Amino acid sequence: MFIKQISVFIENKEGRLDEVLKILSDGGINLLSVSLADTSEYGVLRLISQKPEKAYEILKNAGFTARIDEVIAVVVPDDVGSLQKVLADLRDGGINITYIYGLSIDGPGAPIAIKTDNQEKASEILKANSVKTITQEELEEI
Amino acid sequence: MSRDEIETLQSARLVKQVNRVYHNVEYYRKKMQAVGLEPGDIRGIEDLNKLPFTTYEDLNKTYPFGLAAVPKSELVRVHASSGTTGKPKIGVYTRRDIDTWAECVARCFSMAGITRDDVIQVGYGYGLFTGGLGAHYGAEYLGAMVLPMSTGNTKKLIDMMVDCDVTAIACTPSYLLHVAEDLEKAGLIDKIKLKTAICGAEPWTDEMRDQMEQRLHIKAYDIYGLTEICGPGVACDCEYHKGLHIWEDHFLPEIINPNTLEQQPGGTEGELVITNLTKEGMPMIRYRTKDLTSLEYGKCDCGRTMARIQRFKGRTDDMLIIKGVNVFPSQVEAALLTVEGTTPHYMMVVDRVDNSDTLEIQVEVAESAFTDEVSSLERLSKEVHDRLKTAIGLNAKVKLVEPNGLGHFDGKSKHVIDKRKLYE
Repeated sequence: MFIKQISVFIENKEGRLDEVLKILSDGGINLLSVSLADTSEYGVLRLISQKPEKAYEILKNAGFTARIDEVIAVVVPDDVGSLQKVLADLRDGGINITYIYGLSIDGPGAPIAIKTDNQEKASEILKANSVKTITQEELEEI
Repeated sequence: MSRDEIETLQSARLVKQVNRVYHNVEYYRKKMQAVGLEPGDIRGIEDLNKLPFTTYEDLNKTYPFGLAAVPKSELVRVHASSGTTGKPKIGVYTRRDIDTWAECVARCFSMAGITRDDVIQVGYGYGLFTGGLGAHYGAEYLGAMVLPMSTGNTKKLIDMMVDCDVTAIACTPSYLLHVAEDLEKAGLIDKIKLKTAICGAEPWTDEMRDQMEQRLHIKAYDIYGLTEICGPGVACDCEYHKGLHIWEDHFLPEIINPNTLEQQPGGTEGELVITNLTKEGMPMIRYRTKDLTSLEYGKCDCGRTMARIQRFKGRTDDMLIIKGVNVFPSQVEAALLTVEGTTPHYMMVVDRVDNSDTLEIQVEVAESAFTDEVSSLERLSKEVHDRLKTAIGLNAKVKLVEPNGLGHFDGKSKHVIDKRKLYE
């Protein structure tokens, strides 16, 4: 259910995102998903990779501020209203969503990454509702 | 007054002042004794260079009232501005000091052509800062009608400027340009009766004077002062703008070489040193202002003989004046150290945008404070902002930057980028 996500602090300046991506590709890191949360001054770049530890190390060595967190990977069925249902289950359980973004992994279904204010409880709710999820191991075998 | 008359008066007052502080202020007495001086050794201004200097460090050591030359019961007012290490620089006043100060400010206003018939808005902050109350008392001393606007409400200032036929204003130069802009936007330039502005509390340029004079159809004058000496009103320029006339009967100026500490002749650049000749509360003896300039003693085109402080060339310390507020990088550093989640690396970027000073603090995010959530970074940024507001009294724009994003230099980091070019 949990997959590893790397977050990188980057300033909003020309070419900075490109630099991060280049460093990673030079290090042989294949990115499965990229999501950028930005403010006017800086951004938090969130990356999903099959080799999160290696990606983290490369970024650290290049002087970036980075960290690894766990996010929940859910496969949302290709039906109308299915994402809404997943989120409603979480809401009913008193869980707040911190952020959410789509994962670039082939279907069936639409894989998404979810970060909530209570990851353990969220995972239990999803389990109880038999929501299909992806583990880190599954991710690494793709 | 001729130069001779000025110097005779100064000598008599200096002798009296040195006697007073020697007998009433233990700290001054010890400093004089340490160099083997007795009051009798000072017979006139020719002996001034025998006296030890007074510096901010002395003020800090004796804070708050260690240099007071009268019993506390004689003191009626305290003003303060920022000091390097957090302890403010304070000035204390007897009732007579308040009157003398008001008279000095009134002379400045009078030199700018303001009379009892004028209606003057004071747009400096009222409070510990000397600007507001200093300009206020000076204008009242003159008999002008005062509108104590203080700061923070430009709309009201403009409305009342129009409604009350305001003819003069005292505020910082950058604020006046901001007011000019708002007046232009509101299409009110033709509706105002303003003719004179007395601007001070921060260094400004001839270009700024030209701008305000042309846009507002006024005459603008530069007023100088510092809390330790009394506040604004130490010096002001006349219509010829050939330097700021310093009221030498109250403030004895000299220029020293900041490295050798030797007195310099007129016309030579160096650090301005001022001695309070008449102040009773907390007289400064050879106070090092850290302002770099030179003095002209020749008679001015306006006919006045009081010496003129020439254009300021900078400071001998790292103090910045931002929106009229004295700011030391060390204050910013101390404030940042109290915020968990930032590194000790920071950069202050000072600029003047649309005639208003801006301060941006770039600070590195510590590894430990970084999370995957933007909201936590926003909280950090707000905390830095709030701590700085408390420490220096200014709303700084906080910019979080990547580690090493500030280009650490070998050994000594550079902490200030001032883009305003005020001293060029």
